[in-house]
Parts: sequence; C-alpha cells; structure tokens
Amino acid sequence: MSDTVGTKSALGWAVHISVAALVLLWLFPTVGLLISSFRTADQISASGWWASLSTSEQVIQVRTGGRDAASEQDGVFVVQGNILTDGEDAPGAVEIVDYGVSSRAIGAYQIGETAEFGDGETLTLNADGTYLYTSVEEPGRRGQRVFVTALLPPDFTTENYQTVLFSGTGQDNMAKAFFNTLTVVIPATIIPILIAAFAAYALAWMEFPGRALLIAAVVGLLVVPLQLALIPLLQLHNAVGIGKGYLGVWLAHTGFGLPLAIYLLRNYMVGLPRDIIENARVDGATDFQIFVRIILPLSFPALASFAIFQFLWTWNDLLVALVFLIDATGETTVMTRQIVELLGTRGGNWEILATAAFVSIAVPLAVFFAMQRYLVRGLLAGSVK
Amino acid sequence: MNPALQGLITILVGVGGCVGYFYFSNQILDKVIFPAKGPKAGDNINRANQVRPWLFLFPAIFALGLYLGYPVIETLRLSLTDRAQGGAFVGFANYNQMMAEPKFWEAIRNNMLWLIVVPAASTGFGLLVAQLTDRISWGNIAKSLIFMPMAISFVGASVIFKLIYDARPAETAQIGILNAIWMQFDAGFGSLFVLQLLPTIVLLGFAAIVGYTAYVLVSPIIDREGQRSVSFIPLRLIGALLGVWLVWMSLSSLIGVWTANPPYGEPQQWLTLPFWNNFFLMVVLIWIQTGFAMVILSAALRGIPEETIEAAIIDGANPFQIFFKIKVPQIMGTIVVVWTTITITVLKVFDIVFAMTNGQWETQVLANYMYDKLFRANDWGVGSASAMVIMLLVTPILVWNVYNARKEMR
Repeated sequence: MSDTVGTKSALGWAVHISVAALVLLWLFPTVGLLISSFRTADQISASGWWASLSTSEQVIQVRTGGRDAASEQDGVFVVQGNILTDGEDAPGAVEIVDYGVSSRAIGAYQIGETAEFGDGETLTLNADGTYLYTSVEEPGRRGQRVFVTALLPPDFTTENYQTVLFSGTGQDNMAKAFFNTLTVVIPATIIPILIAAFAAYALAWMEFPGRALLIAAVVGLLVVPLQLALIPLLQLHNAVGIGKGYLGVWLAHTGFGLPLAIYLLRNYMVGLPRDIIENARVDGATDFQIFVRIILPLSFPALASFAIFQFLWTWNDLLVALVFLIDATGETTVMTRQIVELLGTRGGNWEILATAAFVSIAVPLAVFFAMQRYLVRGLLAGSVK
Repeated sequence: MNPALQGLITILVGVGGCVGYFYFSNQILDKVIFPAKGPKAGDNINRANQVRPWLFLFPAIFALGLYLGYPVIETLRLSLTDRAQGGAFVGFANYNQMMAEPKFWEAIRNNMLWLIVVPAASTGFGLLVAQLTDRISWGNIAKSLIFMPMAISFVGASVIFKLIYDARPAETAQIGILNAIWMQFDAGFGSLFVLQLLPTIVLLGFAAIVGYTAYVLVSPIIDREGQRSVSFIPLRLIGALLGVWLVWMSLSSLIGVWTANPPYGEPQQWLTLPFWNNFFLMVVLIWIQTGFAMVILSAALRGIPEETIEAAIIDGANPFQIFFKIKVPQIMGTIVVVWTTITITVLKVFDIVFAMTNGQWETQVLANYMYDKLFRANDWGVGSASAMVIMLLVTPILVWNVYNARKEMR
C-alpha cells in the first residue's frame, strides 16, 4: 500500500497476519486431504486429520492370542504375550492409558488391574503391553477382543498409495484410469496448438477481407457453453461411425479448445515486431517460411501458456469424457469419473477416496508449480485489456 | 488396439497431417495453381496471396464451425422437436414442459444465487489478496499458494470439501473440520460471539459496502456537476437496484441470525440442509476462482501509475481512501472483466454439483439439470431447451465481449 511514505507499523503487521491467515485458510483443505491419504482407515475414523500431527489418545481394538498360543497349566489355559504385537494390525510405539474388554465399557480397567470376562476368563495388562490371559475353558481360535486406550504418536503410511496405484482391485485401482486420462490429454493438448497457430498467424499478419469479422467470431465462441454441443456432436459422432471413444473425445477437446488457443496466440503474435516479418518478406520468404522459421519460435511463451491451459482443462475435465468417451463397458473411464463413482460407492472410505483424489491432483499440481509463470502470462493475455 | 498406441498414432497423424496439409497446400498453391512464372507471374503471386489466408484458416474454421457453431443451431432445432415423436416439430412445447417443472425453477433460483455470490466473493477475495500481497516481501509465495486451487479439478475439490463437511455420529470423533468446530459450540458466550455477533458485523459491513457502491453508482446521475457525461446510465441503475435489494436481503437476514435456534451438539449433514447447502457448494468454486481473480487484479494494481497514489498520499489520504478512491476506480475495467469471466464459469458449473449432491436436497443448477434431462431421462427436447437457457444467459456477456474486442481493433 503506501508503506513507501512510512505508515504505522501496526498496519504493516496487520497486513502480514491477515495474508498469513488467508494463505492458511486456502491451504487447509488440500493439506487435510494430503494428510488423510497417508493414514490408515482406522486412524482416519478415529480422529480428525489435524490431530494426527501430534500424539493423540485413541482406542485401538486388539486381540489376545488364540488357541494356538495357549498352554495348559494346572487345569487352566494360559496365554502370555504382548498385546501390541500379537494382533494383525496393532501399531508399535504406543503408551497404554487404560483398557477394557467390552465395547460398552472401554477404559474400565487400569493398567495392572485384572479384568473379568465373566465366564471364568481373566486378563491382566501391563503398561508395556505384556498380558496374562487365563481361561477355564479352551480359548477360541482367534482370542478375545481387548479395547486399549493408548497414546499414539504421529504415524503415517504409504499403504493407501500402494493400494490405489498397484495392488487394489476393481474401482480401488486408479492405474488404468490414470493411463486413460493420459491418453486423452496428450493428443488433446498437442493437436489444437498447431491448427490454432496457423489460424492465429493468418488473423494477426495477413490481410484479407472478413478478418475483423472472424476475430469477433472467435471472441464470441470463447464463451459459448460447451453444454450446447453435447447432443448434436454425439449424434454426429454416431452418424459418421466414431461413436464413443478416444477419437471422439480428442476431436471434441480440440474443437472446444480452439477459440481460446486462437485468441491467445493471435493476441501474442500481433505484438511481435513488424520489422522482422517485413524484412523476411522483402528477403523473399513465403508466409509458410515466415510462420515456421520466425513466428513459431518467437511465440513459444504463448504456445506454452495455452498448452498448460489445455492440459489442465482436459486433465480435470469430467463432462466431455462422460459424454464422448466413456461407454457402457467402462473400459475407458478417466480418473475424474472414477473418483465420482468412488464418492458414490465408497463415500465413507476416506483412505481410498483421499488417495485416489490426490493421485489425480498431483500431476496438475506439479505442472502448475513448474510452469506457473506461463500460466499467469496466459491468463493476463487472455483477459486483461 | 492399445489406447496408448492409438494415442501415439493419433498424435503422429494429427501433427503430421496438420504440417503436411499446411506445407503441401502452400506448395500446390504456389507451384501448380498459381505458379510464379510465365507471363502472368505478377498476377499469380497476388492471387496466391489472396487465397493463402484461407488455407491457413481452413482447419480452424472447419473445426470451430463443426464443434461450436453447428451445435448452437442444432440445439436450437432440437429444443423445438420431440424425440419420442420421431423428431417432429413441437414448437415451444419443450419450453412449456420445462417451465412447469419445479426442479427447473429450483435450478434457476440456485443459479441466480450462484451468479450473485460466487463472482462477488471471488472478486472480493481476489482483490483483497492482491492488495494485501502487493508490497510484502513474501507476497509472491502467498499468491502462488492461493492460486494453487486453479490446478485442482472440480472433482478433486469436491472430494477435498466433502472431507471438510463430513459428519459422524455425535458420540464418535468428528473427522470433518466443520463439524469438529460446530461441536465446540454450546450456546454459551463463545457461540453467541461467533454465530451471532460476528455474522451481524459481517452482514452490516456487507450492507454498508453494497450501499456505498450503489450510492457511488447513482450519485453522478443525481447531481451532474460540471460537464462530465455519465456513461452506462441503465447499467448503473440496474446495479444500484441490485445493491438496494442486497442491502435489504442482508438486513432482513439479520433478524434470522438473532431469532434462529441452532441445534447445538448435533453433528450436521451440511450438504443436506436445504438452501444453506448451496452456499457450501459455492465455497468450493470460490476457493478455486479466487486465485484467478487475484492474479489478474494483482497485475492491474501493479499497472496503476505511481504518481496518482503519491499525489493522494501528499494530499493526506489514508490507506483506505487510497484503495477505494484511487486504486479501485482505476482498475474498474479489469474488475468487470474478472467478474464476467467468473460469471461464465459459474453458468457452466456442473462437476461440483454432480459430484457432491447431484442436485439432491434442492441444490440443482442448470448445467446439472440439463445433464439429467439429456442422459438420464433421455429427453433431448427439454435438455436442449435448458441448454438454450444457459446460452441465453451467456449471450449478454458474449455481445459485450465482442463489442469490446471490435472497439479495441479500431
């Protein structure tokens, strides 16, 4: 603001603090999803993700050793071991607060106290997790459930990514959808650039009747909602035999991306120095040569801007893929579509949902941070007047 | 065929085809049709140069016409026919049928809410961040982080916010942050402060700003001092009326804030609360679009001539006066551009509603209504009619953009 002429430093601090607050507010949602994707299903439902960053008190469900671990001493069956390492998914490095043997009385017993199951079974649990379990009858195969209230240190896992990317089955596995998305995106980004670049050159540097009208038409088409195009184009694709599939979605993305491409590139090319082009003309270069040798290399920033836009748009798109690509077999499903399906069928399984969403978000985010400069430049060329 | 291979071949064919088309069509034009030699060499060169632009333009014009031009006409035609009757012309029957549906009016109402709230909030936040980060040392990092949601898909953002709105039974731990905060309220002083005092201040502030804006819009019409001509009188009046209506709305909702009796201690299913759930959906789009508004407005703020600000400081203006009276008027054109661009995004919003509520619990919007009609009810007539409604709403912005573009080229 007007810091240059010495405003009160209180205002300066207020600015710093409010910017920090806004940034945190904007980051918070994404961070939540990122952290959730590194937690197990139990951890996610036991506490909010913000609690996972510090030691938290949680109830974990574990089991004593079963029949196989039991030994008979003086007519009673005895199982000894460590409750925190015997079970299938018991975490390490926890501090036990108290415990219980029924889901209705969690935390009924202190450490060292002896719990009664009621039918001749007892359990004594020590602070380090070692326990002594006795039973009159022969224990069951799986052992008794114990509810341990424990202090858990922050604990993260990459298991979810393992599931979503490699080992998952059916909808849980995003690998196929990932490659499908990639298959849609790359041609749909590259093809419109070339077509648009030639058209933009013609609109910027060639004289012909109707040029102004064409530019106006491009500006108008920029805002035409693609919703209007769905049914007519689907009919058209069916009529000429393309049907639903990659070819259809590539063509559709090309058509929908062209107005912005032409607009951005033309605005940029118009600003290139006239001298260079006229000198080349005088030296006998044809328009084709001028375009390939001079205009294309000079327009690289604008080409990059549009490429990023089109990449983000096609990668993140749902509607066009739903209409033009995904048929009844679902073989060609893209990531956005699969995530929407997961939201419907696995709405409570946040470990899968969060990870799947993050897999789809990660690539655009990487592109965004790597090429932000071009994205900003493109935005400015596209709207500020 | 393997899709990846198919993709590779398409890239090769597409790129090769384009390059080949442009190269050979130019060659044929120069060497075969109008060769630059012989007695008519000069004429031929001129003729070739008249034809050449169309060679360059042809693929683009063809694709634009086929993929954007033709569908507009075809959708208009479809909206006047009935698929069940073999595509017979039925006049405005589809429109009448659509108008009779409560779901359609629900979509219109929600769309209007979206159209007011999202562009206003995104532009407002964008302007705020742009101004605040303008002169601080880590401003670029802050801007880059707030800009980040632009890269996130609407579907991804929907998942992110579904986690925020998640609700669990009251006796278990809440994993959605909104409910975790909500469960802290207990009708004591804290909740009185956060849920009633704070909204009151925000609403009063909002009403004051909107009222002031309306006044600024109208005042040049009321007292025309000097010979300054006032432009856009109808637009100003509409803006002012909208402002008065918003002031009225915010003041009347003040009563609601103080008379409401919220259900403390119960986790809320935020997305199923009628009316309010619309706002929870809008937050997603505001979160995404603020970065866009910020980037553009920030560039505009940088472009303001330094002298105007220095002059204001010397004249003793305080920071707020500088912002509202010096800076904002100078970037008004950019604010309008940002506003209209976000408006268009809002009109087309589909993924967020589709992924989060699918139009249930009174959250329907036009784009999702249309998708419902087209692909679930298979009613192309009514679906096309609602698409035409979206087109109709976009048209004023389209005309405005074209008008501005033509003005610039002269």
